[in-house]
Amino acid sequence: MAYLDYVLHLADSAIVLGQRNAEWCGHGPIIEEDIAMANNSLDLIGQARMLYQYAATLKNDGSTEDALAYFRDAQDFKNYTLLELPHHGALVGYAVDNRDYAVTIVRNFLYSAFMALVWEKLQASHDAHLAAIAAKSLKEVRYHLRHSHDWLVRFGDGTQESHARAQAALNHLMPYTQEFWTTSPFESSASKSGVGVDTAQLKADWEAMVRQTLQEATLAMPSTEGFVTTGKDGAHSEHLGFLLGEMQSLARAHPEGVW
Amino acid sequence: MNTTTQPTKALSEWPLWEIFVRSKQGLEHKHCGSLHASDAPHALQMARDVYTRRQEGVSIWVVESNSITASAPDDKGEFFEPASDKIYRHPTFYTIPEEVGHM
Repeated sequence: MAYLDYVLHLADSAIVLGQRNAEWCGHGPIIEEDIAMANNSLDLIGQARMLYQYAATLKNDGSTEDALAYFRDAQDFKNYTLLELPHHGALVGYAVDNRDYAVTIVRNFLYSAFMALVWEKLQASHDAHLAAIAAKSLKEVRYHLRHSHDWLVRFGDGTQESHARAQAALNHLMPYTQEFWTTSPFESSASKSGVGVDTAQLKADWEAMVRQTLQEATLAMPSTEGFVTTGKDGAHSEHLGFLLGEMQSLARAHPEGVW
Repeated sequence: MNTTTQPTKALSEWPLWEIFVRSKQGLEHKHCGSLHASDAPHALQMARDVYTRRQEGVSIWVVESNSITASAPDDKGEFFEPASDKIYRHPTFYTIPEEVGHM
């Protein structure tokens, strides 16, 4: 199928952010947020499952959702690079730092604002299955947007430290959003056939949403210039391999294990 | 990140809220627990994540705990015991038709 890669791109983005946010499980700043972030991850993993199941039927070669999630390697994943980054600022690739909830919230905000627009448009996809997945995912992402928006305003308009951390997270992550507006071959063919969304057309609405929230949060809109990442094309940052290594290790150690 | 060093900061700085969830239309809101939050919208949002994640509700109320005035345990005798021998106050002498449903 021509748009298999498009469905995989949506699925990979959902599972990678779901896995990343799940790192907070048991480590959340307060117990209510710990639960909230686990809910967020389960929504995203649920979306990924629907999309992988559909991709498996499109592939029609005996593939399963598990095979697509656990037995593909980093270069096969088509998620946005933004979603695989760790929950902290820029460091050399192999270094780690404490997780910073501001990074988590800023990323969820930037991505949820984008996906709220994408799923809304995808409800009108010519592919009825994808349209149904979009309708379900839209409700979920609208809550993710509300949750991350509220926290971002609290951080930005909060204490000096929370403001500084939110601004630093924003400055760090904003350049990665450029990838939202580039068009890969599988996206342009999906949008031409009426199955996918031309994301470039969503840019003005997204920027308006982001601007309004940042104003409310007393945060400055950072520059979005610089290197444009290419996660969609399978060329990822060094962080995805570690994330997948953790996510896929169990399934690979016990292939087709059931419990 | 203060997840290990100051886990109680939110608990000491944020007021306590009582959470009431209505499980379906027509039923009353029931008290289901409490949580700490900085303000009412915040409490509502956290209540959604903590208390309705297994489809428990269709509506949530949050009330700041210190705005509830409660009866004192010591008043139990004069408050509640006089009612114990007045069975005629229970509407148990009527039969309620099936069609009425939940009352």
